[in-house]
Amino acid sequence: MSTLLQVSHLSVVNRQGIALVDDVSFSLDSGEMLGLVGESGSGKTVSCRALMRLLPPDALRIAGGEVSLQGQNILALTERQMAKIRGREIGMIFQNPSSHLNPIMTIGAQIAESRRLHFGASAREAMVDAIELLRKVGIPDPAQRVKSYPHEFSGGMRQRAMIAVALAPEPKLLIADEPTTALDVTVQLQILRLLMTLRDTLGVAIVLITHDLGVVAQTCDRIAVMYGGRLCETGGKNQVLAGALHPYTQGLMDCQPASEGGHSQLVTIDGQPPVAEHFPTGCRFHPRCRYATQDCQAQQPPMRTSPMDTRHQAACHHPLAHLHTQEASC
Amino acid sequence: MAFLGVFRRWLPRQNTLTLGAAIILLWLLLGIFAPWIAPYDPVVLDPAASLLPPGGHYFFGTDNFGRDIFSRVIWGARVDLQMCLIGVIFPFMLGTTLGAFSGYVGGAVDALLMRCIDIVLAFPFLVLMLAIIAILGPGLISFYIAMALVGWVSYARLVRSQVLTLKHQDFILAARSLGYSHVRILFVHLLPNALVSALVFSMSDCVLVLLSGAAVSYLGLGVQPPTAEWGVMVAEGQSFITTAWWITTFPGLAIVVLALGFSLLADGIGEKMGART
Repeated sequence: MSTLLQVSHLSVVNRQGIALVDDVSFSLDSGEMLGLVGESGSGKTVSCRALMRLLPPDALRIAGGEVSLQGQNILALTERQMAKIRGREIGMIFQNPSSHLNPIMTIGAQIAESRRLHFGASAREAMVDAIELLRKVGIPDPAQRVKSYPHEFSGGMRQRAMIAVALAPEPKLLIADEPTTALDVTVQLQILRLLMTLRDTLGVAIVLITHDLGVVAQTCDRIAVMYGGRLCETGGKNQVLAGALHPYTQGLMDCQPASEGGHSQLVTIDGQPPVAEHFPTGCRFHPRCRYATQDCQAQQPPMRTSPMDTRHQAACHHPLAHLHTQEASC
Repeated sequence: MAFLGVFRRWLPRQNTLTLGAAIILLWLLLGIFAPWIAPYDPVVLDPAASLLPPGGHYFFGTDNFGRDIFSRVIWGARVDLQMCLIGVIFPFMLGTTLGAFSGYVGGAVDALLMRCIDIVLAFPFLVLMLAIIAILGPGLISFYIAMALVGWVSYARLVRSQVLTLKHQDFILAARSLGYSHVRILFVHLLPNALVSALVFSMSDCVLVLLSGAAVSYLGLGVQPPTAEWGVMVAEGQSFITTAWWITTFPGLAIVVLALGFSLLADGIGEKMGART
């Protein structure tokens, strides 16, 4: 499979010059789903806004790095060229479908608008496409629902409708920013299934931003874990979940409530995630890390490739693999 | 305006829209079918029948030239409704476009437009209107131009403030993520959402336009005699107020009733829109 998206050394700084996203690199093949995991404020959303070049213009700017989409560096494009990439090449869906749909346009009109703009479809063709798209995202009775306004939909239906709007220009990459956080659990599962189906049938690559490692485990092919604006671990889902190298990744996994025998106390990671003004020196996770040493406080750990798998990388001075191997040898 | 407040409380809330619309529709029909409804010609003089009190052949009596007040009030509906329509549409279009543009672009453009609005607002409304009409010469066209030049500021401020809050809404970000241009986002996605309050205001603005139209005509700068217009009629009957009260009272009442109609409609629409959005 070919590399669709290659993000290299992406940095985003705010007005004070603090890097909210610092030297982040990851890649994505077409038809693949990448889970971008991290706590609130870890820079997941900001990195993805940067991919779309939709950062708030007076607050944040891209300070460096390269985002190449099918070999083309989209950070070097003019605003006019970029407008052709948005929607058409990279689509985006959001956490809160109620506020991300235009309240006074019908769902059909919102889908039809981008069909007409990006493909020059006639009003009639665009409406037919809209009905077809609504059917694809699993909205019952699409020929009727196409005339509905967003407020006439339930939360789950609205999220499906927003996915349909984002899919209308047939993007190759879909960025899903916490698409299930605002939904209840049963609907969450339906939406995740839908995203997986779309990936398999349409071959669209998906970046799934989430704070829920459980969601990633169920859906994604690859994982990238962010903490304090930096990437701490990236790799195939099975490699990362089975052999986490970074203590933070391990911590996140330990925090997942177990479905069986759930009488034990919930495990948490001590402390709070850092805020941008007070990022710790060295490894940003060190104040909360059990394994932290002097090195961790003094030096920022570089990205190191796992000896077992070339695509599995982690930024840690004391990767947990040592522990795994030690345990294995004991 | 105090009695309007009492009236509104007295009226069941859900009926304001219907009643307001009914009053305006009634005046519209009277105006459109004036040639068939009005029993007399509104401008032909009949010295033999001057200053007759209400009753008999003349429901509202006659004025000092023997013209039927009832017919003149009905014909006057045409002129006054037209004044409301044109006097609101142009400020509305000018104000909403400029306000939306200014709010969306922001920065120096916005600051410049805001200062222009401050300048217009620095003058009392009627004084500025009269000054512009005085420069252009009396007449309805001058009135419309003055109305557009003075009235747009309210719409511009209203729509600008709406756009300022709406442009940071999530669905605008979503529209940007679909590759839509700024022009498209402003006119297709932002403006329709920002228009609700401007539309409600335009109904109340009708009252203001009606009253200032009547006032300007009363001062002899708007509609010219002998055209039947309510403001003109009030002005003409003024000198007979002690001997022939009906000349000023009936056109005055017509202004009040039509203004009330617009007021109720504005309230009703405001409630409807408020409930939905």
